[in-house]
Amino acid sequence: MIAVQNLSLRQGAFALEQISFEILPGEYAVLMGRTGSGKTSILEAICGLRPISGGQIRLADRDVTAWKPAQRGIGYVPQDRSLFSTLTVRANLAFALEVRRWKRAEIDRRVDELAELLGLGALLERLPGGLSGGEAQRVALGRALAMRPSLMLLDEPLTALDQETREEMLELLANVHRQTGLTALHVTHHPGDADRLADRRFVLQNGTIASTLRT
Amino acid sequence: MSSAQRGMASSSDARSGGDATASPPPRKSDAPFYWSFAILGAVYGMLLLAMLAADLLYAAPSEWLQALRDPEIRASIWLSLLSCTLTTVLSLWVAVPIGYLMSRIPFRGKNLLDALLDIPIVLPPLVIGVSLLILFRYPPFRWLNRYVVFEIPAVILSQFMVACAFAVRTMRVTFDQISPRAEQVALTLGCTRSQAFWRVVFPEARRGLLTAGTLAWARSLGEFGPILIFAGATPFRTEVLSTTIFLQMQAGNLKAALAVSLLMILAAVAVLTIARLFGLKGSGLI
Repeated sequence: MIAVQNLSLRQGAFALEQISFEILPGEYAVLMGRTGSGKTSILEAICGLRPISGGQIRLADRDVTAWKPAQRGIGYVPQDRSLFSTLTVRANLAFALEVRRWKRAEIDRRVDELAELLGLGALLERLPGGLSGGEAQRVALGRALAMRPSLMLLDEPLTALDQETREEMLELLANVHRQTGLTALHVTHHPGDADRLADRRFVLQNGTIASTLRT
Repeated sequence: MSSAQRGMASSSDARSGGDATASPPPRKSDAPFYWSFAILGAVYGMLLLAMLAADLLYAAPSEWLQALRDPEIRASIWLSLLSCTLTTVLSLWVAVPIGYLMSRIPFRGKNLLDALLDIPIVLPPLVIGVSLLILFRYPPFRWLNRYVVFEIPAVILSQFMVACAFAVRTMRVTFDQISPRAEQVALTLGCTRSQAFWRVVFPEARRGLLTAGTLAWARSLGEFGPILIFAGATPFRTEVLSTTIFLQMQAGNLKAALAVSLLMILAAVAVLTIARLFGLKGSGLI
């Protein structure tokens, strides 16, 4: 569950005041809004990557507002994917597990599972530089899922993909959500994404958030 | 077309000369432009090549080799290689943290510190030598005076003060060019700042590190003024290649000076080759 209460943040001339919304456990929420409306800033604040000037962020009923990003255990897929360019796909997928000092055999098993789920089997030894947009997106997704987070934040995961790859990714995201049952917050400006995926839809407009549930 | 549109069309025609069928401006060749630039460039390029050719032609290879067999020159070669390498390691060791902090962390007085870090680049090298000499008259440096001044550590310190500034600047540009986003993702995946740096940022900075090292090494090799003042030019003790050239010229031994110069040209070519092979893009220095 994610509960954002009276969140305020500012950066230079840009400011968001008193934003509140809640996503129930297992829900796939889509946050929509124009470019520059502050969607990414909200995601970054939830991850702990952007300081906030007021309000509270609660994850699974715990106040995490003062927690470091590493403590929050959120699977984060940034807009530009930001794969670790010096590591192979396998090492990207294993990254969070190595940081957590999982045993080698368990890491290998988990990486194989993810490769199976996301169709990355043939790419494991490649470096991110040579991947297509859709492939890179699936690796970024796998990297975030590896540590089995209960919450995932996706920032425009389908931009810059061609129509066919987009369809595949929509399918994949729905499938991943069904299989893992995690709570997801997906940021986009594309209404089609929300139509296909959203249990709950938020619209960020003029600094306020409106919420609608799928009927 | 409405009357308003007609009005706009006629006014834009008026701005562009009034007659849509007017002939285009007469065609002029671009050749004089390119030729004048190319000739100016060629003059400089030819001068460079002629200079190197003159060095090569002045003495026979056997004469260079003979000069390089001189024990004093050999000692100077070894000290140069040793001191430049040590200076490079020290410079990188300092440049990586400074470059990273300057690139990532906003703080008060950053612009001032930035300017301060560039001082060794713009300061005349001799001034650095004099300043180091004066510095070692004050405690706590004075207590180390007899181990440093006019000794090998003085050679390394003289080189370090200048070379490090170049390494810092290169590392700063390197970190500026690495998006902080991957590092942020690493934080969300469970890394501390330190883990994110060593696992994600540092490996991505390896080219910049090589560039900074190469530059620091090359700068150290060419350092002369501060070494002469702060470390002296004592044969078999603080004499490095640049001082050898100076000493040999003073003694009227042009061929030995030339042999050492050729050695330094070789080192410069090697450094340039490494730098070009691994890319110095964006360093703004080569």
